[in-house]
Amino acid sequence: MLAEALFFSAVLFTIGVVGVLTRRNAIIVFMCVELMLNAVNLTFVAFSQVYGAGGQVFVFFVMTVAAAEAAVGLAIIIALFRHRQTVNLQNVNLLKG
Amino acid sequence: MEPNLPLFYTFNFYVFGIVAIVAALLFVTRKSPVAAAMWLVITMFALAAMYVMLDAQFIGAIQVLVYAGAIMVVFLFVIMLLNLGHPSEIADARGRAWRLVAGAVGVAMLAQILALRRTHVQPRIPPGYLARQIEYTGVIAPVAGPLFNEYLLAFEVTSVLLLAAVVGAVVLGRRRTATDAG
Repeated sequence: MLAEALFFSAVLFTIGVVGVLTRRNAIIVFMCVELMLNAVNLTFVAFSQVYGAGGQVFVFFVMTVAAAEAAVGLAIIIALFRHRQTVNLQNVNLLKG
Repeated sequence: MEPNLPLFYTFNFYVFGIVAIVAALLFVTRKSPVAAAMWLVITMFALAAMYVMLDAQFIGAIQVLVYAGAIMVVFLFVIMLLNLGHPSEIADARGRAWRLVAGAVGVAMLAQILALRRTHVQPRIPPGYLARQIEYTGVIAPVAGPLFNEYLLAFEVTSVLLLAAVVGAVVLGRRRTATDAG
């Protein structure tokens, strides 16, 4: 079961990375990051079966950090939208050289 | 979980894994942000089912409550607030070069992780130990024990993190008015 869980986790993480690289909508990029966090959580839970329940505690912390990150990140996206009237990341290029 | 599982159990695990992957693929390919968010909710529910099958029932419940419930509702709320969905916002896929880069990175990462998967894992606890622990002490005790002993400091720091996040979200989301100083 551990090997299967790790396989699914790897595929989900890769889908998240590809989504971050191919999408321009800031909210969808953000959701892809959440998908990557979920994939890592699956790895933690799978390894907690062979290393003890400490892994599940880490999932707990990851979820807390993800919730805090979602609150702050979405507030940033709202501020960005107020400022530029778009969430398309191509139009947000102030730091581009 | 017992060492030799019934075939039915493994089959169900595969079903939920495939549901999660198909929903994730549909999620990254949808154009509408609302449809993408809905497919991500399906992925998270399938992951919750997988957590339950991996002897993490409490984490599965928290996954449904926090991720599929709270976090995704916040995402949908922001999508609604920004009124995304008109054509200029929907056409957001990057060009061919970016897709090639993303595909190459994806293949390389998948190969790396699948290669790492072949390493032998030396179990610290005997097979089925966690399931027996849950049987004796209930679902929450195996998580709560380490959380309030070994990781107590991290737990307390987390409360500061949440406070900082709440204050930060309020400050960032506030509409600036002319009466504001500075």
